[in-house]
Amino acid sequence: MHKIAVIGDYDSIYGFAAVGVSISPVKSAKEARTLLHRLAANQFGIIYITEEYADQIKEDIQKYYHKALPAIILIPGVSGNTGAGVENVKKTVEQAIGSDIVFSNK
Amino acid sequence: MAVKQVIPTRMELTRLKRKRITAIRGHKLLRDKRDELLRRYLEMVRDNMALREKVESAIHSANRNFVIAKASMSEASLNTALMAPKQEVNLETAERNVMSVDIPVFKYKTRSSDENDIYSYGFAFTSGDLDGAVRSLADVLPDMIRLAEIEKSCQLLAIEIEKSRRRVNALEHFIIPETEEMIKYITMKLDENARSNLTRLMKVKEVMLADAHGYDKK
Repeated sequence: MHKIAVIGDYDSIYGFAAVGVSISPVKSAKEARTLLHRLAANQFGIIYITEEYADQIKEDIQKYYHKALPAIILIPGVSGNTGAGVENVKKTVEQAIGSDIVFSNK
Repeated sequence: MAVKQVIPTRMELTRLKRKRITAIRGHKLLRDKRDELLRRYLEMVRDNMALREKVESAIHSANRNFVIAKASMSEASLNTALMAPKQEVNLETAERNVMSVDIPVFKYKTRSSDENDIYSYGFAFTSGDLDGAVRSLADVLPDMIRLAEIEKSCQLLAIEIEKSRRRVNALEHFIIPETEEMIKYITMKLDENARSNLTRLMKVKEVMLADAHGYDKK
C-alpha cells in the first residue's frame, strides 16, 4: 500500500492535509532534497512537489525519472504558476519524437 | 564505408549472413514497436496536457480560496483546524505492461467513505471560506492522481521510444549496411581466391602436359 505526499512551502500545501495527503512543508531546497529521497524510499507512490522547489532540485528529481515509482509530479505553488509542469510535458514529447510537434503552437 | 578488418573465410561468411538475417528481423520488430509506442504515447500525451492544464488551474483557484480563508482566520486557529486530518488517502499501485514498458496504474482509496470527512475541524471556530477551500482541493484530488498516472506513463514511454528509435537507427544505418558490406567483401575475396586457384590449376596442368608429352606450345 502506497501513500501520497506533497512537498513545498507550508502556505502552498497545508490544505492537502485536510484531504488526506501527507504534507511535508520545507523551507529550503536542501530540506526538500533530503525529504524527497526519504519519501521516495518510504513507500510513497506519488510525490507532488511545488514547481518552485522542483526547479531547485532538478537533478535529484531526475534520478527517479526512469523508475516507475514514485511518480514525481509538479504542481503550482501559492506564488503562482511558473509553467515548469507544462514545460516538462513538452520535454517528453521532444524526447519521444525528436521535436515538439504536438504542442509547439501553444 | 570503411570495412572493418574481417577474415575472409566461409565460416565468417556464414556467421555474417546469419547476423544479417537477425539484424533485419530485429529491425523490423523494433520499428513496429517504436511505431506502436509512439501511437500510444501520442494518444496519452494529449490527455496529459489537458489534464495538467485542468489540474493547474484547479489548484490555482483552490490556493486562492485558501488565501481568502486564511485572511479571515487567525493563523493559530487555522493550524489547529488542519492539524489532525480525519481523512487519509491510500494508494494502490499496479503495473500495466504496454509494449514491454511497465507503466503505473494508481487506484486510490480513502480511509473513510464519508466524503464530509475532509473537514477535520468543528465548524464553530473556523470560517466558511475554509470549508469551500478544502472542498475545492478535495475535488481536484482524483484528477491529480490521474495526472500522476498519465504523466509518469508518458515519461516512461518517452524513454522507451527514445531507446527504440536509437536502436532502429543504429540497425538501419549502421549494422545492416556494415554487415552487407562485409558479406560483399568476403564473397568477392572468396571468388577471387577461387579464380586464382583455377588459373593456377590450369597453369599446372599445362606444365604437366608439357612434361608428359614433351610438346611445347611455343
